[in-house]
Parts: sequence; structure tokens; C-alpha cells
Amino acid sequence: MISLFLKDLFNRVNQGRWPYLIVIGHILAGSLLVYTQPRSNLAFLVLMTSFMSLYFFTTSVRFKLIAGTMLALVIIPIVGVRNIFYLEVIFQISVFAALALGLNIVVGFAGLLDLGYVAFYAVGAYLWAFFGSQQFYVLHFAPGTQPSDLPFLLPGDAFYMFLLVGVVIAGLTGILLGLPVLRLRGDYLAIVTLGFGEVIRVLANNLDKPLNFTNGPQGITPIQRPSMPDPVVEWFNSVFRGVVGHDVTPADMYNLMFYIFALIVIIVIIFVTRRLDDSKLGRAWTAVREDETAAIAQGIPLVKMKLAAFAVGASFAGVMGVLLAASRTFISPESFSFMQSIGVLTMVILGGAGSIPGVILGAATVTILNLQVLQGFSLYLNELRQSDAVMPIINFAWKDLSPQLDPAKYQRMLFGLILVLMMIFRPAGLIPATRRKREIDAEETN
Amino acid sequence: MALLEMNNITKVFGGLKAISDVTFSLEKGRIVSIIGPNGAGKTTFFNTLTGIYKPDGGTITFNGKSLVGLRPDQIAARGIARTFQNIRLFPDMSVIENILVGMHIHLKQSPLQTLFRLPGFKKEEADAEKKAVRLMRYVGLKRVENELAKNLPYGAQRRLEIARALAADPLLLLLDEPAAGMNPQETEDIIRLFRNIKADMGITILLIEHDMRVVMNISEDICVMDYGEKIAEGTPQEIRANTRVIEAYLGRGAVAGQHEEKMR
Repeated sequence: MISLFLKDLFNRVNQGRWPYLIVIGHILAGSLLVYTQPRSNLAFLVLMTSFMSLYFFTTSVRFKLIAGTMLALVIIPIVGVRNIFYLEVIFQISVFAALALGLNIVVGFAGLLDLGYVAFYAVGAYLWAFFGSQQFYVLHFAPGTQPSDLPFLLPGDAFYMFLLVGVVIAGLTGILLGLPVLRLRGDYLAIVTLGFGEVIRVLANNLDKPLNFTNGPQGITPIQRPSMPDPVVEWFNSVFRGVVGHDVTPADMYNLMFYIFALIVIIVIIFVTRRLDDSKLGRAWTAVREDETAAIAQGIPLVKMKLAAFAVGASFAGVMGVLLAASRTFISPESFSFMQSIGVLTMVILGGAGSIPGVILGAATVTILNLQVLQGFSLYLNELRQSDAVMPIINFAWKDLSPQLDPAKYQRMLFGLILVLMMIFRPAGLIPATRRKREIDAEETN
Repeated sequence: MALLEMNNITKVFGGLKAISDVTFSLEKGRIVSIIGPNGAGKTTFFNTLTGIYKPDGGTITFNGKSLVGLRPDQIAARGIARTFQNIRLFPDMSVIENILVGMHIHLKQSPLQTLFRLPGFKKEEADAEKKAVRLMRYVGLKRVENELAKNLPYGAQRRLEIARALAADPLLLLLDEPAAGMNPQETEDIIRLFRNIKADMGITILLIEHDMRVVMNISEDICVMDYGEKIAEGTPQEIRANTRVIEAYLGRGAVAGQHEEKMR
């Protein structure tokens, strides 16, 4: 009932000039709310959802482009440097959106369930971590025993080149994983990929001997960033000092820079994904997903197609790994646990496997739930514990509530709940994938 | 020389000889049926021919080249297209996309052309789409190009599967019970479609069918299998009169019974 009413309302509003006004209003309201209340999660949500109204309302392509660019390149940077936590959330959304888009190729398009996807992310991250730090000169030292005055192997600006190297190396790793699993289907494939993910993590954990490649559980740090010329910071300050309200430091500027990089990577990924999807390759992937036997009978080489899916998906994760290593300047095996793989899979399933906007929405939703909603709930419970408030009816004093109950640590339950609920109520995801509609002139008879 | 020659093909599952020592040859441009009781090995025969199963013995020569040891997709690329006993479309793809997948082996677009939408890519896609629409209409589907395959009615799904097979421009078309589940009118239409396919495109057709109206109506030759062996081969008239065939279908007593009836 309610959904029908909403649909009707949406269709009524989505006509003529209204969508433009609503979208602009939404963006302005969001910006204003965040600007006046830089600490409010709710205000931030309003701003973030303006991306959704921009996507759903029917407006001209040019308007969407302009409004989207304004949002991404002007409003979010301003809001972000005013409250660096927001920028962090948006950066994480971008990183996970890229990962989810990569996994979407493997799971959504080709239908190969990959439970160890984060391995490719690790490969990209460790690639730059090794070459962009002093690790090369630490090879013969046990972790923690290296002298402190070691030089760096490569200059920080080699980062840009390694974005490409990351794509290639992660893609090759994808093929490497693909080779042994070619003959497997369904459950068996999932189990092998799960094993592969663990192998990579365990390697990262233990490759500190005999030669110290990864520095073991301690992780690698410091990892270099590309250089940030002073004029850029000065230029930003001269333009935005007024709206931001204070001068930004180079550290803030780095956060902004990595956000922009992540944005560029995502745009490239969307571009690549869309074009591959609407081609022989994308159709072959979908055919393999739908019915392997029938796909082979059409002359589709299963092996090649699966390898291609693994390679493309892995390369997206690889480039994000390089970006992550540089932006964090620190990498440890902990960041690449099985839970991360499940997290990315949750995003794909929540948003809609095979659907680009869906997967991005999934990534944003899960990240915001994790970083803001659960954390916010934790903070709220803590406040209650410190107050004299009493739960009504059962007379339970909040301060007696066990400190063990910390919603921020309930990430796994959140993933589980999302997966269960989606499978039952909306297996195709929040924004289900659609097939391209073709205009065909009907004049031909026969 | 025959388009397809299979010599002494054997396929064993565990202790069961699903096909034993079958020799079969098919001339170009003919419509031939394989019939036989359930479990006679007809579908196994198809699966062995298309490479889903590897034969345990014997040779298969298609269009002058051996098919033994090739993967199913390589065999398909040699010019053998097929439909399945239980329709196997790509349910969540549109009708046009289903047919486009059938053209896979003929599309030459490279990843670079695909990513940058170079002219070669655009032309190939546009041509492919035109051809797909033509095939869709040829098999008798109208204005369903953007429908998902799973939403089509049963008869239309059968037709779409045939269009998808034709999209590969095959030399040989294998049809596994194409008339199963169809009413008499639909059956008649589909027989006409097969005749047209042979006449218009010169495609050789090999089909498995249980519906004797279809078999007797359309086949130029019939091959009969029972317990994994070929027990008879010939024109519909010859097969109708063949005692081994009647025995296979109706049991050993049947032939004797027929005699008794004649005696009375």
C-alpha cells in the first residue's frame, strides 16, 4: 500500500519543472544543514541522499552532470575540510564502491561467487606498500629491528605509475586465481575463492621471513604519498578560505586529494563496466551466469570468460589497494580479513547484483551504517549509561547496562541481517539490474 | 562426402553402455530424425556429438575435420548449433540479447574497440542487432525484442531458442524434441519453420523427436536407437514397416500380435 502510494506520488512529482526544483532544493538543504551543523549525522545523510534524488528524478543529462559535478567537486570538498570525518566517510564509501563494482563484475555479471575478493585489494595495497616505502631495504631485517635512517626505494610520485601497475598485477593475480577454479561451479568455486583470500592474508602475515617482504602482522609504514605542491594548498585556501572558515593544512589537503583520486577511479570503473556490459564480452558473462551449458553451446569459451571476469574485477580492487596504501601510509594484514570480503559482498547483494547504481548505493549504505549509524548508536548508549535515566516499565537503570554491549562492534550482525533480509524480501537488491532497452524500427514486415 | 560422419561411437557411464558402437552419417542439406524409446541414448548421442560428453571410442568427422577432443564451445564454433530438450534460454536477458549471444562466435570486436566505442564496434553491434531482429521475426516472434526471455510463453521460448541457434549461422542444427509440449497447431507451424530453415538457409537439420506426426511428416531419413544401439535406418516408409522398430516400441509380442490380427 505505502509503496504504491509513494510510487504514485513520485510519478506525479516527477514531471516538468518539478524534478529540477526538488533536486536543487535537496542539494541546497543538505549543504545548508551540514554547513550550519557540521557535527550532525542526520544533516550529512540529507546531503548524501541528494545523490539519490539526482539519480532517480528525471532531469536532463546536462543538469545531472552539472549538479553532480558541483556536489562532488565543490560542495563535498568544502563540507569535507570543515569536518574531516565526513571526508573520511565519503572516501571510504568511494573505496568500497570501487571494490563493490569490481566484485559486481565477478558475482553480478558472471555469476561466480567470490568469497575472497579482498585478496586482490591486498595485492594492490601491498604492491605500493612494498615499493613506496623503505621495505626494500628492510628485506634482511626481522620486523622491528631495522635501522631508522633507511632511504625510500622510489619517489612518492611513482604512485601514479603504480596505479597502472596495480591494475596489471592485480589482474594477473585474478587470472592466477581463475586458473585452478575454472572447472568449478557454485559452492565449490566459493570455497576455493575463500581459501585463496585466506592464503593471501596469511602470506601477508607471514612473509616477514625468510625475507621480510610484508613486515608481518605489524604491517608496513610509512608508505609514501605523491607530493603535494604548496601552491595547490595556497590556491585552495585563497579560493575557499571564506566558505571554509579557516585555512586548511596540507594534511587536510591530502585527504581531499585522495578523495578526488578515488572519485576519478570510480568514474573510470563505471565507464569501463558500462561499456563492457553492453558488448559481446558482457553478454557472454551474463550468458555464463544464466546457464553455463547453454552458453557453451553458443560457442562461448567458458574458461576465457571466467578468467576475463576475474581479471577485470581484480584489477579494480588492485587500483583501489594502491590508493588505500598511499592514503593510509600504513598497511597491515588486518585490513584484508575475510570479514572485508563478506562486507563487499553484502554491498553488492544489498544494492543489487549486476546493477551499477545499485552496487554504489549498497556500498554507501553499508559504509554509512557502519561508520555513522552504529557508531552514533554506541555514543548514544554511552551517554545513557552515564546518565541517571531508567528504562520505563521494567525499571532498568541504563547505567547498569553492560559496557560489553557496544553497537559499533556489531558489524558482523549487521552484515548477517542485511544478507538474510535481502534474500527473503528483495533478492534482486535495492536497485535491481535492468537489461538495456533497444529501439527497433517496426516498419519491416516478415 | 557426408557433412557428419560418426564411426563406432561408444559412450559408457559406469557399467552402462549409453551408446554402443553407433555408426551414423548425415548428408548435407537433409532433415533427419533420431527416434527411439525413452532411455535409448538419443540425448547422450547429441551430447557426445556436441562435446558435452567425451566419447569412449570412435571417431566423429564434421565438415572434413575431426571433432574428438574438442571442447563444446570449439565444436559450436565449427558450425554445430543446438536446442535443448528442456528449454535453456538465458532467462534474465532480453529476447534480442539471447539472439546476440548466439552470434558470439562471429563478433570480432576487441576489448579496445569495446572500451572506446570505435567505429568498428558500433558498426558490428548495429549489424548484429539488425540481424537479430530479422531472425526474431523469421522464427515468428513479433514485438518482443525487449521482453525478458523468461516472460515469453512456452511456444515462443521454443522459437527463441531456435532463433538463437540460427544466429550462429550453423551448418548443422541439432533439435532436441522441438515439438515437445506443443499443441497440434503449434506443431504444424514449427514443422513449416523447419522446412523453411532448410530451404532458405540450406542448414542441415538433425532432430530427436517423440511425436510421430512430426517425425513422419518432416524427416527424409530416420535413425532408430534402442538400448544405445542403432537398430534401423531408412526412409519413413521403411521405418514404419521395420519389425525391429515396432518391437522396440511396443515390445516383442506386438509383432506377433499384428500377425494374429491379420490372420483373423
